[in-house]
Amino acid sequence: MVRQGTARQFDKQFIARGSSRCSAPKFLLWIAPWAALLLFGLYSAALCLIKGLNQTNMDNRFAFGLWIFLDLTVIALGAGAFFTGFLLYILKVDELRSVINSAVVIGLVCYSGAVCVLAVDVGQPLRAWFTFWYPNVHSMLTEVTFCISCYLTVLAIEYLPIVLRNRKLRQVPAFLVFEFELHKLIYVLAGVGTFLSFFHQGSLGGLYGVLRGRPFAFREGLAVWPSTFFLFIISAAAVGPSFMLLTTWLVEKISRKRLVRPAVLQLLGRISGSLLAVYVLAKSIDTLVWINRTSPETGFQAWQYYSWKPFGSWILVAEIGLCGLLPALMLLAPKLRRKTGWLVTGAFLACLGVALNRFVLTVQTLALPTLSFDRFMSYTPSWQETGTFLAVVAYGVLVYSFSFRYFQLFPQERELKGEMPKVEEPELVGRY
Amino acid sequence: MTSANKSIRAARYGMTIDVDRCNGCGACMMACAVENNVPPAHEGATDRKGLTWIRVFKVDNGEEYPDRRTAFVPVMCQHCGNETPCVHVCPQQAVDVDPATGVVGEMPQRCLGCRYCMAACPYHARYFNWWDPAWPAGMEKTLNPGVTPRMRGVVEKCNLCHGRWHAAKEAAAAAGKPDTEPVDYTPACAEVCPTAAIHFGDLNDATSVVAMEAGKAESFRLLERLNTQPKIYYRSKRDWVREIAAAPQPGARKEKARG
Repeated sequence: MVRQGTARQFDKQFIARGSSRCSAPKFLLWIAPWAALLLFGLYSAALCLIKGLNQTNMDNRFAFGLWIFLDLTVIALGAGAFFTGFLLYILKVDELRSVINSAVVIGLVCYSGAVCVLAVDVGQPLRAWFTFWYPNVHSMLTEVTFCISCYLTVLAIEYLPIVLRNRKLRQVPAFLVFEFELHKLIYVLAGVGTFLSFFHQGSLGGLYGVLRGRPFAFREGLAVWPSTFFLFIISAAAVGPSFMLLTTWLVEKISRKRLVRPAVLQLLGRISGSLLAVYVLAKSIDTLVWINRTSPETGFQAWQYYSWKPFGSWILVAEIGLCGLLPALMLLAPKLRRKTGWLVTGAFLACLGVALNRFVLTVQTLALPTLSFDRFMSYTPSWQETGTFLAVVAYGVLVYSFSFRYFQLFPQERELKGEMPKVEEPELVGRY
Repeated sequence: MTSANKSIRAARYGMTIDVDRCNGCGACMMACAVENNVPPAHEGATDRKGLTWIRVFKVDNGEEYPDRRTAFVPVMCQHCGNETPCVHVCPQQAVDVDPATGVVGEMPQRCLGCRYCMAACPYHARYFNWWDPAWPAGMEKTLNPGVTPRMRGVVEKCNLCHGRWHAAKEAAAAAGKPDTEPVDYTPACAEVCPTAAIHFGDLNDATSVVAMEAGKAESFRLLERLNTQPKIYYRSKRDWVREIAAAPQPGARKEKARG
């Protein structure tokens, strides 16, 4: 009993002053299933690393699968980190200060998760350094590797001050000084992060756009960059704030706390909506050029790509209309934005649209035959692939949960605490 | 004198494959596997996860008996000559085009196994080592000492029998021939083909069989409109075969195909 009491006391010392968090046992109850999922995922990943990629359902045709889809998607969703940093530190949109810490954690989780999955996805992970040693400057994947490594380092440095501002860690004077000095660099880091992330998001789009042997994915562009390079940047910048909005709303619901003022969520929605509108316009123009010029020039009529079920033309309508134009309008209309339901639905659809776009580029591109005597192929991930995928989700939830519990992710939380109406809480609600 | 100062007469090695002669026996696949130490299929391998540097596709004209006609199309790396799709995507320069031969080479020792080149190849001619290579007991004695077996987790593909080319270069040097000249050699598939459907040679040499055959009206290349300039030419006097090869997608002509 005494030992349990001491543990709780110890745990409390790390929780930010003025913030209330659920009890340690409740927190443990919340993290237990995620930890179990992470362990299962780590087992799956270990099988792939030890026994080889034969554990997956990828094959010579489906050289990329669930994992690359996951990488492209989480990196787009994690774009809130660089874009919020850019808006706050470079363009001085000060209202975003209340979500910047959360954005950094989301970015770190997304990027580090993607890097871990990439390490499992390559056949010879121990040769990852070859890309730095023998870089092919013409390869989009080289650009991706360099930018993702550098930006992950930037994110880790940006995460450090959040950790060092922890109530207990602040008691160490050296940490305090280090955090203070580190914070001075934040504008430089935001600038570097923005630069790296712009290129990184773009080169991920370029990965497919440069594939002249895959007319479904190939796009014309500007200089060495295909149009997908720019579309990926705009779409990532558009959905990054939406994903932050969704995450903040979700954490508010789960923790039953007000973490930011509604105006901040609405601002995120407005930013996301504006950029999404630009993206929808650019994507529509790009699609028209591709249908009418790029694809026919390579000998392939665009309609033929949509003759393979289930990849019908509905996918294009869903991507541009249902999950592009519609959420853009929802997020841009001030009346709708003021209603949480519309705001959250708009943000969710925007994120879904980008996930669909990444799915189309990853899976549909590889499913379509190029040789006229070849066939259409489908692919279903193995449980080991799915397990590894879920490990990234569990890892993200765990890192975010711990960060939310012990670090000050939402500076407005303390001010809003006084404004919070008293609510009767059911006993077994998972809080963290 | 360093090699940089030498005036090398560049070859452009390529093949012509007479589809009308190919009877789909698969001898080219076997000879290729034996020559290049391609391991036997793992028990878990499927036709989508297997290793073979040549894949023979069976196509037909889509008609019913007695009008049904069949052809076989062996597809290997097409050794693209223009903006080679796999070369510029490899992040660590494990794929290159040899300027002296035009052969698209692969360095498995440098390959990361990212499979980006496989996604880039329109001919689906690149294969990944999903398993550790293994040979039945005793069979390892049959391995070709001139070719390094590849390890698990790397991509491999046809290199027009690089080991044989190397041996031919050594033989030419031993015979005192200048190493600036292309050498004559024959890849295993061309050597073994029982119907002599596969010819190999220097496309830059106008007197070579391949150069002459490649220039004939019945010659065609796969996916020509992608402008990758492959160095593997196919030949057929049958219109429906050429039509299938030029069709924009399966089903555009009413043929059926099996890989």
